Order: sequence, then structure tokens, then C-alpha cells
Amino acid sequence: MIKAILIFNNHGKPRLSKFYEHYSEDTEQQIIRETFHLVSKRDENVCNFLEGGMLIDGSDNKLIYRHYATLYFVFCVDSSESELGILDLIQVFVETLDKCFENVCELDLIFHVDKVHNILAEMVMGGMVLETNMNEIITQVDAQNKMEKSEAGIAGAPARAVSAVKNMNLPEMPKNINIGDISIKVPNLPSFK
Amino acid sequence: MAPSVCLQEMIRVIRSARTQGEERGVIQRECAAIRAQFRQADSGGRSHNLAKLLYVHMLGYPAHFGQMECVRMIASPRYSEKRIGYLGAMMLLDEKQDASLLITNSIKNDLSHSSQYIQSLALCTLACMGSAEMCRDLAPEIERLLKASNSYIKKKAALCAVHIVRKIPELGELFTPSAHSLLSDKNHGVLHGAVVLITELCERNPGNLDEFRKAVPELVQIMKGLVTSGYSPEHNVAGISDPFLQVRVLRLLRILGRNNDEASDAMNDLLAQVATNTDSSKTAGSAVLYETVLTIMDIKSESGLRVLAVNILGRFLLNNDRNIRYISMTSLQKIVQTDHTAVQRHRGTIVDCLKDQDASVKRRALELSLALVSAANIRSMMKELLRFLSTCPPELRSHATSGIFNAAERYAPSQRWHIDTILHVLITAGGDVRDETVPNLIQLISVASELHCYTVHKLYRALISDISQQSLVQVACWCIGEYGDLLLKGDCDEIEPMQVTEDDVLDVLETILQSHMSSPTSRGFALTAIMKLSTRITNNIDRIRSVVSIYGSCIDVELQQRAVEYNALFKKYDHMRYLIMSSHTIMGFNSVTCLCVFSAPNVTVYEKGGVNLKLQCDNQTETAITVTFTASNSTQSDITSFTLQAAVPKSVQLQMKAPSGDVIPAQGRGTVTQTILLNNPNKASLKMRVRLSYTSQGTLCQDMVQIDSFPSPAWN
Repeated sequence: MIKAILIFNNHGKPRLSKFYEHYSEDTEQQIIRETFHLVSKRDENVCNFLEGGMLIDGSDNKLIYRHYATLYFVFCVDSSESELGILDLIQVFVETLDKCFENVCELDLIFHVDKVHNILAEMVMGGMVLETNMNEIITQVDAQNKMEKSEAGIAGAPARAVSAVKNMNLPEMPKNINIGDISIKVPNLPSFK
Repeated sequence: MAPSVCLQEMIRVIRSARTQGEERGVIQRECAAIRAQFRQADSGGRSHNLAKLLYVHMLGYPAHFGQMECVRMIASPRYSEKRIGYLGAMMLLDEKQDASLLITNSIKNDLSHSSQYIQSLALCTLACMGSAEMCRDLAPEIERLLKASNSYIKKKAALCAVHIVRKIPELGELFTPSAHSLLSDKNHGVLHGAVVLITELCERNPGNLDEFRKAVPELVQIMKGLVTSGYSPEHNVAGISDPFLQVRVLRLLRILGRNNDEASDAMNDLLAQVATNTDSSKTAGSAVLYETVLTIMDIKSESGLRVLAVNILGRFLLNNDRNIRYISMTSLQKIVQTDHTAVQRHRGTIVDCLKDQDASVKRRALELSLALVSAANIRSMMKELLRFLSTCPPELRSHATSGIFNAAERYAPSQRWHIDTILHVLITAGGDVRDETVPNLIQLISVASELHCYTVHKLYRALISDISQQSLVQVACWCIGEYGDLLLKGDCDEIEPMQVTEDDVLDVLETILQSHMSSPTSRGFALTAIMKLSTRITNNIDRIRSVVSIYGSCIDVELQQRAVEYNALFKKYDHMRYLIMSSHTIMGFNSVTCLCVFSAPNVTVYEKGGVNLKLQCDNQTETAITVTFTASNSTQSDITSFTLQAAVPKSVQLQMKAPSGDVIPAQGRGTVTQTILLNNPNKASLKMRVRLSYTSQGTLCQDMVQIDSFPSPAWN
């Protein structure tokens, strides 16, 4: 079972926090801080598995993480999950985000955290892996977004205006953070810029 | 009323705040606006407001006032509002809040909605935060959805069922029939969900194992299909077809094949095929291979297959990729108890991993190394473990020292080796040794009597170079106090001679007493050691006396009490000092056990039929008192089977020591003494009832005596 999924940046600011077990708000923030503290200490070429910290403490839980440019993706799992499998799952998650946001960067996650939650909900449900096929996930997410847009009608105009603004080349939105910096080992992906 | 600011705008404003205080201000204003708008029930921007609240919640600010809004949004007919409402429910609500019950009805309705996406929202939320009552209410709905024709809904319903079974195991019966039939579905998502559900059902209730063992052929078929299928872009990850599903199926096969010959036979061929054909150059293949190896080791497989499996793990230990090495050690840990010899073959590689830079790999290597220590390899393994200790990361040190001590105790080839190992650990990592081990170590040292001289010399030398490691300090002080005479004699067979004068020794002990690095316990040890030395040295008694009297006014109460009593020993009871301080007993570490004897008269409390019982009282401390009974016999014949029993008021604690005997010789030629230790913390007025029982001239006599006042001048 997956206990928690956390995304935070190199300074520890949370970009997504999903807990599959209940903790109080204070405890959740403490867990985020502590996880960042543990994970940021790690070198670049050590393994992706960590033991230690509040979520762990004496139990058989582990932290499995991947570092992409400015973001850490951390999954806290118990011993019923395959560690290497989760590592691949993180990869699928990131590639899905990349497809859905077109060359995803940290700013996309910041401004569309609800969409990230929706994508995640198609992959992990109740702490269990639901779907790992990227195309299937994207198909479902697209269909749901279409449903939402068609409902919006005129009331959706502000939202559409915002997405138009996003696509303008405003200087305050530098797209200089690219997850594609690190080479990803899956062969059938187009090469990143 | 101003139009509600949308989510992105609010995020932009929050990000432009330059300090934490500014951010807090922005968020407080936004939350106030959101709260006002919740009250308005304005239908335009409702979902925006909740989205903003959830963002604020992620940053760590309180958002509980949004709970009722979530309930309202879930009940809305609009998809966008339902969606954010359910997301809010998963983030803000849990079983303990009443609001969570209110959404049960909405979930129930949405589970039968015509749109599959609304059904899926309800399923997702139920699986995430459904309480036991909600699960019980909605379980029949979920069971119905398991038989739906839509695979999107089926796979979600399967995982929802898993959550329900976790909350209420008895409901597993409800899902068992449908779970089995899900295995014939072609959709991988559904298969995955089905396998997870069956795994959960088997783990919760071993009674289900027989039922699901019938599914082993089907599972084997599914695996064969995945392994032998050609390249399929649908589920391919790095050349492996749906490794996620393969791993799940292998795990289920492990549970079903455990302790069951028939099931194990049915899967043997498949496992051999997967083990030999899987390409492990990428993570996906390795994941499948590991699961296969663990399954082979856990079921009743043929020995040839087991050897293959352990060899695969051994090969992975040598892999360059640290992830692979970490996982292989985790896997070896799982089988080290049952297949010890097989894992021993890889001991060398495992020990090498102790030197890896990665802390996680080191941790695994330490666990595994400790598990592999045996009588045959103790010497070489201990060398490696001690080498590891000097470069060990801080979070592993106390675990490492405990493990080393345990191993040393179990397999020590000689006392000298054992002592050397202990000394080495104390010197390298004395600061990380757990406190409880100090008395054990002292016990070990005191038992190895031929090595006392060697031990005290080595400890002394370690002490003069470093007094910061508390465990080392405590053990060393104890040894110096106990065997100081051996230290001062100067020569010892096994190490180069070093001239140690009385002043040197007292210098070290005084430095420890005065150092800010020393803990109170260590100071106590040092003071006691100084005191003990007063009986083992000749020239520096005055120096000792002055140290002891200085500490009589020390701020630390424990130390002060000790010093005062030692002082008393010097002043009043010098004749007793040798007796007490030269005894080779282990002194109590936390309590003062020095005897301070205040002499008191010997009083007769019972005189009858020739039996005389005298009582003597000695105060140890303000609340501890030793009572000594002396029984004598003036009759013509011996008194036999003499026993005393004593009772005291409830608040007083009593401990009877063993009597000196039970025969009192006739005509006063000898006595029987019985000591009783009393602890009177409340300083209650002390009374005692004593029952005597003895046989005199063939008759059994029993009598009782009440002692209401004790002849002790210390009680006020």
C-alpha cells in the first residue's frame, strides 16, 4: 500500500501532497518537512530508497524517490509494494504529466495542482495502484476534462481566458525548468529538448 | 460584490509575497473572502473557491471551514463542482468528522449515476476515506459494480472492494465469488485490480486460500501470456509486457503456493521460464525477476530452482546499479533465516557493501552481516564490523554497537578476544553504546579474572587520551577503582609496560569529575573509584580525602550524598573503610550503597523458653534501615528449624536476607542471625510484627512478638 505521495521542490516547498492515511494538518506538514530534510541530504548517485523518518519509524515503510531537475517525487510505501515497481510507477506518472501539460515544468504543477490531483486519481486509488498504462490514463483524463469544459459554457469564459494568458509569452513565466534535463530510460518516448 | 479571484490569480499573488509574514497576510485575506463567499451560496465561482482553499491547505494553513462546502459541492448536479467537492472531501474529511457521514447518501446516488465519470468519483472517494459504516452501507453497491460491463468501472470497484475488506474483514465473503470471475477479463486494469483483491482476501482470511488455489492454473496462463507475447505497445515498459501486472501475479502465486505441494507444482515450470528468460537490463525486468526469486524461495520448489534463484540474487549483488544491490540485499534478508548456507556463500560481497558510500546500502549490508555471523566466521566478520564502525554513519551507530556486542557474546572464541572487542567498541564508538550495556560489560570484565590487569591497563590508556565517551568513562572508572592496585604495579604480560603513579591516576579521575563533558552518572563512577582507591594506594590518602570533602558541597545531589557518606567513612568509620571499599562486588550505580554505620544498642525483644532474640538497628540513609536479629539458645539441647517471619506497615518495604542458619546450638555456643532490609520512604513510624517458629526438645513452638519502638536515635 502506498501511504503518501509528495512532490516538493529543491527548497522544500510542497507542490503536491496526497496522504492515503489520515494525519492531522500539523502532522502532515511535519512529515513534508522531515521527508524533504532526509531526501535533500542524499547524493546524486546513491540508490533511490530511504529508510528513516516519522512515516517510517520502526515500521516496514520505505521512501522511494526520484529527483528531476527542481522537483522531488517521493512515494512512501509499505513492504507489500515492489520497490522497483514503484520506481517505474513514478516514471510513468512523470511521463503522463509531461503528455498532459506538453513539456511539463514546475510552474505547471504550481498553477494546476487540481489537475495534477485528477491525473493522480486515475493512477493510484485508496493507496493502491490502479492503472499503469499511460495512454489509458490520458484518455480518461481528457474525457473528464471535456465533460467539465462542456458544462462550463459561458461561465467557463474566465477559465478559458486564463489558459489563453498562459500561452502568451509573458516574461514572468520562464519555462526554463524542464524535467527532460535528466535522460529517462524508456525507449519509446520522443527525445526531449 | 467583487468578482471572485480565480485560483491562478491567487497563486500568483501568494508567490509574489516576499516574506513568510506577507504570505500569511495574503492567505488570511483570501481565506476571509472565501469564507464569506461560502456563506453567500453564490453559484458562479463556487468551485474556484474550494480549489483555492485546497491550495491553501496544501501550504499548511487551516482549512477545516471548508468541510461543509465540500458536502454541498458533492451534492451539486454539475460535474465540475462534484469533482472539486470530492477532491476536497478526500483532503479535508476523515472518519472522525461528522461531515463525512453526510456524504454517504451522495456517494450512494452517484454510484448508480449514468455517467461513468461520476461513478468513478464516488468510487475513488469511498476507497480513499470511507469509514467502516460507509463501507458497510455501500458494500452491496460495490459488489454489483464488480459485475458491470464497463471495465473502467470494474477496475475501480475492485480496488474499492479491497478498501472495504480492509475496514471490515467479514465483508470479504461478499466479494469472493465475483473476485474469481474477474480473472477472465481481458483488460489489464481489471486483472490488476482482481489480483490485488484476491491477494487481500487471502491475506485477511486464510480460509480463502483453498478456494483461490483453484485459480492457480488461470494465473499461470495469464503470466504465460504476458511473458511469451510479442512486443505490444499497449503495456510495454522497457521490453517487458506489463511488468506491474506480472509482479502482482507473482506475489499472489507466492501466497497460494506457500506450504502447498500441489499449487507449488503447478507453478514450477512457469517460474523457471520467467527466471531464465526475463531480460534484467532495465528496472522493469529486474522487478519481475526479484518477485520470481522471492516466490521460488517461499513456495515448495525443487532444489535446482532454489539454487538458480539464490544465484540470481548473488549476481545482482555485483551489479553496478545501487538500486539493484539494495534490493538484492533486501531479498537476501528475507531468506537468510531459511536458507542460511546459500546466503553465506555471498558473505564476501555483502561485507564489501559495508564500505559503500550510500547510507541505505550500508544499512542493508549491516543488517545482513549481523545475520550472517556464526561461530565459524566470527573472527573475520568482527574485523570487518569493527572496521565498519569507524566509518559508520551516525544514525546506524547504536544499532551497530548493539549488534556487535550480541554477536561477540554469542560466539566469542576466547575471553581475551571478547574483552578486546568490547574495548575496541568502547574506544571507537563509546558515545553510541546504549546505557543498559554498561552493567553487562562490567559483569563480563569482572568474570574474566586473569585479564583484570590487562583490561585495566588498556582502559586506563584509552581514558587518558579521551574522556568524552561516557560508556568508556564509566567502565574505565569502575575498573580503575576495582583493580587500581594492578594498574599501579606497572607491569602486565600482554602490553608494553607503562609507569603509572598514584598521582597520574588521581589526576585522570579528578579531570573526569570536573569536566563539563561528564554526565552525572560518569561523575558518580569517578567519585566511587577515587574512594575505592583509598584502600589500594598508600601515599595520597590526604588528596583523596580532600577531593571527597570538596564534593560534599557539590550542587549535584547524588554526588553530594555520595561524598558526604564517603566523608563519614573517613571520619568516623575508618576501620570499616577497608572492609567496605576492598570488597569485589558490583556497586549499585544509581543509588548510594555505601554503608554508613551509626552504631545503636543491641536490644532484647523476646525472651522465652531459653530462646533469646536481640535486635540491632543500623541506618543506611534517611529512609533505608538494616535490622539484624540475633537468636541465641540457653537450653540444654539444640534448637532446630528456627525461622523468623516479619511484617511491617504497608508504606514500608521489606526485604528478608537469607538467615545464617536454622539451628541454634545449645547453651549459648552459637547464634543465628537474620538481616532484614527496610525502606521507609514516607518516614512512617516503624513497627514490626515478628513470628518465630522452631523445634525445641521435640516440640514445635510458635510465637509472635510486636516491636513498637526501634532503638534507633536517627528517627525523630
